Amino acid sequence: MFDLETILTAIAPEVLLAAAGLLGVTIGAFLGDRFNGLSFKFGALVLFAAAALAGYHWEGGRAFDGLVETSSYANFAKVVSFVSGGIALLMAEGFLRRHETLRYEYSLLIIFAALGMGMILSSANFMTLYLGVETLSLSSYVLASFHRDSPRSSEAGLKYFVLGALASGLLLYGMSLVYGFSGSTSYEIVAEAEPTMGLLFGMVLMITGLAFKVSAAPMHVWTPDVYEGSPSPVVAFFATAPKMASMVVFAIVLYTAFPQVTAFENWQVIVGIIAAASMIVGAFGALPQTNLKRLLGYSSIANMGYALVAVAAGVQYGAGSLLIFMTAYVIASLGLFGGVLSMRREGGMVEDINELAGLVRRQPGLASALTLLLVSVSGFPLAFGFLGKLAVIQAGVSSGMWPLVIILVLSSVIAMYYYLRIVKIMWFDEQAEDFEPVDGWVTTTVYISALVSVALLIFVAPFSELAETVAAGLIS
Amino acid sequence: MDFPILSAVTFLPLAGAILILLIKALTGAQIRADGTEDDRVMYAGLLFSVATFIVSIVMFLSFDLNGTGYQLVEEVDWFSGIKYKMGIDGMSLLLILLTTLLTPIALIASIGSINKRLTEYVVSFLVLETFMIGVFCALDLVVFYVFFEAGLIPMFIIIGVWGGIDRIYASFKFFLYTLLGSLFMLAAVVYMYLTAGTSDVVQLEQYAFDPGAQTWLWLAFFASFAVKLPMWPVHTWLPDAHVQAPTAGSVILAGILLKMGGYGFLRFSLPMFPDASVMFQPFVFTISVIAIVYASLVAWRQTDMKKLIAYSSVAHMGFVTLGIFSFTEIGVQGAVFQMLSHGLISGALFLIVGVVYDRMHTRDISAYGGLVHRMPVYATLFMLFTMANVGLPGTSGFVGEILTMVGAFQANTWAAAGAALGVIFSAVYMLTLYRRTVFGEITNPELENIQDVNTKELICLIPLAIGTILLGILPNLIFDITRESSLHALAQVAGG
Repeated sequence: MFDLETILTAIAPEVLLAAAGLLGVTIGAFLGDRFNGLSFKFGALVLFAAAALAGYHWEGGRAFDGLVETSSYANFAKVVSFVSGGIALLMAEGFLRRHETLRYEYSLLIIFAALGMGMILSSANFMTLYLGVETLSLSSYVLASFHRDSPRSSEAGLKYFVLGALASGLLLYGMSLVYGFSGSTSYEIVAEAEPTMGLLFGMVLMITGLAFKVSAAPMHVWTPDVYEGSPSPVVAFFATAPKMASMVVFAIVLYTAFPQVTAFENWQVIVGIIAAASMIVGAFGALPQTNLKRLLGYSSIANMGYALVAVAAGVQYGAGSLLIFMTAYVIASLGLFGGVLSMRREGGMVEDINELAGLVRRQPGLASALTLLLVSVSGFPLAFGFLGKLAVIQAGVSSGMWPLVIILVLSSVIAMYYYLRIVKIMWFDEQAEDFEPVDGWVTTTVYISALVSVALLIFVAPFSELAETVAAGLIS
Repeated sequence: MDFPILSAVTFLPLAGAILILLIKALTGAQIRADGTEDDRVMYAGLLFSVATFIVSIVMFLSFDLNGTGYQLVEEVDWFSGIKYKMGIDGMSLLLILLTTLLTPIALIASIGSINKRLTEYVVSFLVLETFMIGVFCALDLVVFYVFFEAGLIPMFIIIGVWGGIDRIYASFKFFLYTLLGSLFMLAAVVYMYLTAGTSDVVQLEQYAFDPGAQTWLWLAFFASFAVKLPMWPVHTWLPDAHVQAPTAGSVILAGILLKMGGYGFLRFSLPMFPDASVMFQPFVFTISVIAIVYASLVAWRQTDMKKLIAYSSVAHMGFVTLGIFSFTEIGVQGAVFQMLSHGLISGALFLIVGVVYDRMHTRDISAYGGLVHRMPVYATLFMLFTMANVGLPGTSGFVGEILTMVGAFQANTWAAAGAALGVIFSAVYMLTLYRRTVFGEITNPELENIQDVNTKELICLIPLAIGTILLGILPNLIFDITRESSLHALAQVAGG
């Protein structure tokens, strides 16, 4: 059964990404260095087009005998992932140009990473899932060490690779156990399978592998190092698009392959523990950090913990909340990493948070935007992040997970401390030197994401309705 | 739909703040070489806060004093059944007027004494004003929460940028303390929204939560309001915040932010969790009396003028909780009155301290003495507010204290007796403060040439003095307006 129409409704964005990636490789082979600058526009265009295609085929579909199945829920995540990936790519150009590493391979790797994200989001079978995860991961390893002459970047890439390979191994081993005890790799059939100890084992191993991909504790240890070592635009990418995709896939796999109506409800406890551990590690780990990228790494661990509260709440209560929370997080993160990319002095990039001292005196616009974004990512009222956190608390309360809600509240207060510390440095401290001007994409991203964060706080209704609708589609 | 006057009052200061920022950005106003700024921005901010005050007067005039329930209600859908809903009753009406009155006064008091980063200063105050008014207007729990929390950011900046030596510590402590309490309230709000299916205050008042849930919800709300009020033993952020905050920041903090706690009890805790409120009455009484006695004693031993007044605020807020949890009409009326009166008096006292601080740059009581010889007008005004704070008949302080105590007496004699002790102590510490700073001979040679209050300071203090005396002589002005809302707050408790 090879029906192009069906295939396209299910995976049109992936078809586009794969074709464009291969086309890019070909163009690159002919044009060489002349393609370097252009490739970034090309890549961003491809990603935005892929997002548009995901929006066009919103209802999704099923293809390849159930190897892939795209829901509107997955398409929601695809749109956010592809758009944020495209923006991260546009922000990268100026940085790479200044570091003389502006090479077209960068954009192609992002395109392939996006292909991986699309594949996992459309997966309905462990085989597709694994292929997608590896496509995404392998591209990410190379991106992490993209500054190959820099020891830090190489170290980041190596660490990411070794630990990532271990996680992939765990994931694969879990899948093989599940396959062995259920006789299938299809989500549908696994969902119906008789729960046995072996199956449970497989599921736990899979959760462990997926937890690594979303950098949830205790599989988080790579995150701060990779965030600190990798080139900043790469981190801007890591923190947004793949996080969105992996977290939503985490939810989709648990919801569809191990639905709670069967005897697999146990995962709720496991995910709950991972969530609690992530919130605590993220909150306390960030306290002593002075490197902004590292701090944001811990912040992302904490935020993944909040997201996992929504995942653990189950499909009925948590699915919609997860989308709202993750979107808010992605929007704020894009802006914050735009802030990281703006921290440039003569002689190169600076990353220490104290370099932001007194920023409000010289660049009040940038400082105010960053303050708003920090407010948003901390879940404080005044920005969209608040509604994300509200949604997560709602998921936690409605599924009756009070201990998690209390841990969430306490860790939010602790986390607030380090966000406030950055606000304090920007607003209270004596000013440091000015930053050199950066290219327009970065500045625009910072301002737009701050504006969008505020605008979505007020005009959230259509957005939250959409999230709830697609989440409801996941249940039936 | 009528003109949305409440939204207009609420968002006018914010619009002003945005306008000021835009003008600043467009004209590229320069910072002078010595770091000072053009102080026209201060007048621009003043203009907006006075305009807000005028609009709030219009709001007052369009409010039907004989009406019942919430008035001037505005409703717009926000998301998932949560509405942007605003509306006021007598109690919130007066608290809004207090806010719109104190903000321009705070800004006037800052002219001349604040001379760095003026734009940010003015913008912070205007933004803060929006959030404070929003708190008193909000009739949806989520909207209330947003305003309630959002005010922390500008206050954090006000303390942290223009504060004293330990301003960073004080601003963090203020922020994190309050946030911790509030987040528990947020979890409770979410639970109420999910259980009752609405976050509309009017509907939630009708909804009967089962007693077990009420206990937890009450505690979660209490965590937030007790920190804000503040009640003993979670009051410790207040002295730090007050001492470090600039004068205008202290005025707003004591005058309005503290009132949000008492307002929250009356608006949410009593009507929505009547059973739990009754159950926790002895608990609240106990810590209120401890607060009154303990804070008064601590105030007595202070050497820093602002710290003394800060502790006196803790004691006076103890009367508010005592009155509220007496569940009698007279007690609740007294509590609302006490909140308004304390807003005027404590605001004035912080301004009084600010006057000499601007001249001497110290708040140490022992650095002063004999001010009456050089500053007779100042000494008179100081005397008035000292007496008001002590609760001298004829001033507004008296009415609030006596009524809350009468209310408490009906509920629990011992609590009233304990509170009465506090009244005596308040005389002790306030008169000690007054004697040591104003009376006696001038011992500090630097005081020889100190100037009496100037016009600017008089403009700030006179309205507060008039208010204090007027409310003291004609308390019915207030009671007529707040009676309806006091009875409303009590309806569920008394009925259940």
